[in-house]
Amino acid sequence: MPEQPRSPIAPLDESVETGTAPHGPTGLEPTPGVGHIVAVEAEPGRRRKKKFGVGAWIATAWLVLVVGAAVLAPILPIPAANDRFSGLARQGPGTNGHLLGGDSIGHDLLARLIWGARNSLTVGVSAVAIGFLIGGLLGLFAGFYRGRLEAVIVAILDILLSFPALVLALSLSIFLRGRTILGVQMTGLATVVLALGIIAIPALARIARAATLTWAQRDFVLAARAQGAKNRRLIFREILPNVVPAMVSLAFLAVAVVIVAEAALSIIGAGIGADKATWGNIINDGRGDLTTGEAPHIVFCASAAIFFTVMALNFLGDALRQRFDVRESAL
Amino acid sequence: MNTDERFPSAPLDGPLLDVDGIRTLFRTDRGLVRAVDGVSFSLERGRTLGIVGESGSGKTVLSRSIMGLLPKKNVVREGSIKFEGKEIGRASAEDMRGLWGTQMAMVFQDPMTSLNPVIKVGRQITESLLYHLDISRSYANELALALLASVGIPEPERRLAEYPHQLSGGMRQRVMIAIAIACGPKLLFADEPTTALDVTVQAQILDLLQSQQRERFMAMILVTHDLGVVAGRADEIAVMYAGRIVEKAPTNVLFREMRHPYSEALVRSIPKINNPSHTRLEVIFGRPPDLVHPPAGCKFSPRCPYVQEKCRTEEPPLIDADTPGHAYRCWFPVGTPEGRAALERNRAEGRLPVAAAEEAVPEADATATLMGGTASAPGSV
Repeated sequence: MPEQPRSPIAPLDESVETGTAPHGPTGLEPTPGVGHIVAVEAEPGRRRKKKFGVGAWIATAWLVLVVGAAVLAPILPIPAANDRFSGLARQGPGTNGHLLGGDSIGHDLLARLIWGARNSLTVGVSAVAIGFLIGGLLGLFAGFYRGRLEAVIVAILDILLSFPALVLALSLSIFLRGRTILGVQMTGLATVVLALGIIAIPALARIARAATLTWAQRDFVLAARAQGAKNRRLIFREILPNVVPAMVSLAFLAVAVVIVAEAALSIIGAGIGADKATWGNIINDGRGDLTTGEAPHIVFCASAAIFFTVMALNFLGDALRQRFDVRESAL
Repeated sequence: MNTDERFPSAPLDGPLLDVDGIRTLFRTDRGLVRAVDGVSFSLERGRTLGIVGESGSGKTVLSRSIMGLLPKKNVVREGSIKFEGKEIGRASAEDMRGLWGTQMAMVFQDPMTSLNPVIKVGRQITESLLYHLDISRSYANELALALLASVGIPEPERRLAEYPHQLSGGMRQRVMIAIAIACGPKLLFADEPTTALDVTVQAQILDLLQSQQRERFMAMILVTHDLGVVAGRADEIAVMYAGRIVEKAPTNVLFREMRHPYSEALVRSIPKINNPSHTRLEVIFGRPPDLVHPPAGCKFSPRCPYVQEKCRTEEPPLIDADTPGHAYRCWFPVGTPEGRAALERNRAEGRLPVAAAEEAVPEADATATLMGGTASAPGSV
């Protein structure tokens, strides 16, 4: 047993010491040992999948509530949008069984808000749909074909962006009102939808173009080309499905912006019609009572509806964006 | 008779692919980049050509040039490419589309980026089947299943319904191969098909390519930087340097009678398993030449241990060797008395890159030393 006394008392082999100690023998060079490397190695997979957070769930719940109420408004047990009740004008929440009270001329405020949601959401979703479709196509073509086509499209987008959005929306809605465009008579609603849709185009087109630029470089597009796919096929089958997620998350934010813009147009009187229930009109109607302090709840309730809806859309758009980012980086 | 009617323009004699003097130049702000500079070869049906060279030697650009996959803008293409006797060197994308997928296909380097991340594997395979062949969707699905099984993917039914990110790198490359061979191309380009893969998977993928190629009697152009990869698999090897073929030979001839110093250097740079541990790895000193301003004379001369004065001024043509099918571009070929004499001369004068390495000079300095040697050479030679 010549080895037995050696192992406990023999000075540690230098290589062993540098291998296990956090610092080298001189303390100058930090030499990570085998154990350290194992510890540093990250857990693979799974963890990367981000949770759909509480905020996103609350946002979803609110949107379901608002959209549900708006869609179901005709069968909900609420008064019609233009029903007035005597003695309800400027009355606070809870008066005579009206949950949110009345507005300045005696409409039931809750009913007015729900009917308003119907109009505001219609405007928001349709305008963004127009922007999504036109902007998406412009962005895809610009990003895919590059060259002169891209230069022209980008120039048009830049021109659109160079106007203050609200001023452009205002002039467009005044210009379009009453005309017939593509066989569609421009009523108040159609005018506002089209005007705000045009405003939504540049932002969506830009993100579509940016996404297209990166995806078009990927090998799978070249691979599809090498399999004989035509350009149109490459754009719509290979690139589009990758571009849509980025656009959808922005579209959520755009709906929020358009809802606010529609309210702004209503407030200046260029909205879908002064008698129509929209969130912007409710605020506009209640402004006088806010300054006199007689019935601040009118503006407050409508503003709260806009505030929570816009915030919910932002939250959801952001949550979606994060999810899509994860999937992309996992590749 | 039937075959004649169905393929009237495809004579079964003559090479499948005949490339003659092709050049691919890129217009850049710095000037013309001569990425492929006069390459000629021909490839018979069912044979494999290995194209070997380091990064920037033009091998990928060469394969994309032949397939016509380069962008139009700022690319100059010259020379003749004949596929089944038909000139395709100047064919438009429209014309090439008739060949892509069905006549020639490509397996790309990185299976991580060459599959569409948001489309299920099954649809990515059936896509081109449905597009090129007049078949029903259900039959296309059956074919996709058979293809996945034939490229060695376990549980193919399940994989068809999965997205690329659910597959490992090796599996994805198998899917890529399945897509490429789906429509039965006659020529398959494999552009560094194993570079992005784990070493343990590399051999499997190469074996798969080889077996598919044999079964389907496809010709294959296997592009790689690793001579070891093509050694047992290619019928013929072309070694590329700076956009040119510097040596070309049937595989066994190349390894037996290697003539070009660059081929020799590539072989020496393969680590050998029976070397004792801590053997210094052989490297090729310096960098590939600037393809905008390539060196005069032999493009390899600045890095060549055999370099002589003649190499720096006069570019060697492709010289035919004694063995048929073997050609090389060198004035002082390896393994000949001239070559040995050149090497001896350089060694005696201490102008070998190896000497620089033993002094452990950083790479930039080593190049400078070589350059210094170049400058002082006229007096001593």
